[in-house]
Amino acid sequence: MDWSALRLSGELAAVTTLVLLVIGTPLAWWLAGGRSTLRSVVETIVALPLVLPPTVLGFYLLVVMGPRGPIGELLDDLGGPKLVFTFTGLVVASVLFSLPFVVQPLRNAFRALGRRPVEAAATLGAGPVDRFLTVVVPSVLPAYVTAAVLAFAHTVGEFGVVLMIGGSLPETRVASIAVWEAVESLDYDRAHAMSAVLVAGSFVVLLAANLLERRAARGSEA
Amino acid sequence: MNADQGRGVEAELRLTRPGFELDVDLAVAGGCITSVVGPSGAGKTTLLRCLAGLERDVRGRIVVAGETWLDASRALPTHRRRLGFVFQDASLFGHLDVRGNLRYGERRVPRDQRRAAFDEVVAWLELDGLLERRVHGLSGGERQRVALGRALLASPSLLLIDEPLSALDAAARERILPWLEDLPARFAAPVLHVSHSLREVARLARDLVWLEDGRVREAGPARELLPLVGSTDDELAAALRGTLVEHHDDDGLSAVDVDGVTFFVRRVDAPLGSGARLLVQARDVSVALEADSGSSILNEVPVVLARVRRVASGAILELDTPRGQRLYARITRRSLRLLALDRPEAVGRDLFARVKSVGVAPSGTRAS
Repeated sequence: MDWSALRLSGELAAVTTLVLLVIGTPLAWWLAGGRSTLRSVVETIVALPLVLPPTVLGFYLLVVMGPRGPIGELLDDLGGPKLVFTFTGLVVASVLFSLPFVVQPLRNAFRALGRRPVEAAATLGAGPVDRFLTVVVPSVLPAYVTAAVLAFAHTVGEFGVVLMIGGSLPETRVASIAVWEAVESLDYDRAHAMSAVLVAGSFVVLLAANLLERRAARGSEA
Repeated sequence: MNADQGRGVEAELRLTRPGFELDVDLAVAGGCITSVVGPSGAGKTTLLRCLAGLERDVRGRIVVAGETWLDASRALPTHRRRLGFVFQDASLFGHLDVRGNLRYGERRVPRDQRRAAFDEVVAWLELDGLLERRVHGLSGGERQRVALGRALLASPSLLLIDEPLSALDAAARERILPWLEDLPARFAAPVLHVSHSLREVARLARDLVWLEDGRVREAGPARELLPLVGSTDDELAAALRGTLVEHHDDDGLSAVDVDGVTFFVRRVDAPLGSGARLLVQARDVSVALEADSGSSILNEVPVVLARVRRVASGAILELDTPRGQRLYARITRRSLRLLALDRPEAVGRDLFARVKSVGVAPSGTRAS
């Protein structure tokens, strides 16, 4: 059993989800704010990972973030981290890959909530950050649960992007890669064990999220 | 300047939106309710939103209780304006219980600046039994009481109330009105209240601001202005200013000159030469293309057609007298067609308004 690969998958998914919630919140808020050409373009870009083959996304990221790519070179000049075949690179790639799974549910929830509760909070003396944290977030809690679960699960399940950006070094070999390698080397026992853990783990996470979401939905309605 | 004005509101507001312009100068006194009335689309709610800082690109000046909220150099954001806003739909926070809603604004006021005690407000609005309830289970009337309490607990220098009763049924309205009536006695700051219901206004308001097309048409004491205001097209009326020129004691009539036209009205007890205000209902005015000098209709005014407004029952004609006073005529769709006034080029036409009946409004003319 390759526990380090499983742990790496979990860490990658957790970090990616956190980053996504932080980035996705303002982005979704802005997208929910109205309709304009710029918003449509950004919305389309955010949705691209839904339709592109993961290998295509991974390939371009490899080109851009690699040592000769524009971002890779820039980071190198600035003394920044390397993004290819590193954990940081995996996080960047996973964030881009799972962005729509966070932005879309949040944007829909913000839109459904409307501006009125925010206006009411403003008239009661709450500043922008205050009213976002005390009114908007609690009101759309179910959407946050959905977004976090989707981001986490999607990151654990990704393969193509990870393979392109991370390869299979000890530092970057996540569970899905480990399963694939086990199968490649005809080590079916190891593949079975890893896969079974992934299935059981995913089931538990999704079930917990489902129950949590139902409770959150009841809480914000009742 | 007396104490009331010192605690009051002075505002000049300019706002331009596609197809709508708000241009309002207004003074609101403390210690009483001022109602904003006018037809739909007149800009009543927008006016409240401008005062609250909820609309962008508002120009002008707002001074509340001596504090400048808006002038040429700065606009305080909503959360820095000490105000209370009771929205039409209450807009309670669904994730909080009643107590949480009530405390939301109060918590954001520094302790030494709080002017309303939680227990007093709860007792007054009879919310004791509701404090632990989720807001989704509340009736419409209960919601509005919570919204009112929530706004008061934010210790506002200006309370804005937008059609508080419109979402309620008749019985719930009756039950909540006493609290609003009681408001000035408990709350010293100015209250600006938007309503469609003249009955509600008659019970609550000391002053009135009458908006039309984003402008103040009249402002002043409610008891003087209320008879002039038609909240619906059926009640629509115009007020014509004139001068008392003659008394005909035999007929029990007085003659009032309005822009060179003589109107005969029920005998007015006032000296000749004093101002008189005539109340003309839109349904009592018809129009003709030619002057009808030979007939028995006395009250005929030459007018210019300013606007045709379609309504369910036909059309409301907006007519300007020779000196620019506004008169309304309600006519049927058939008349509109027969007089060929349904075409765009009809605007600007000379017409004759025949006034079948005219009332006299209480004196006390106050220009807008």
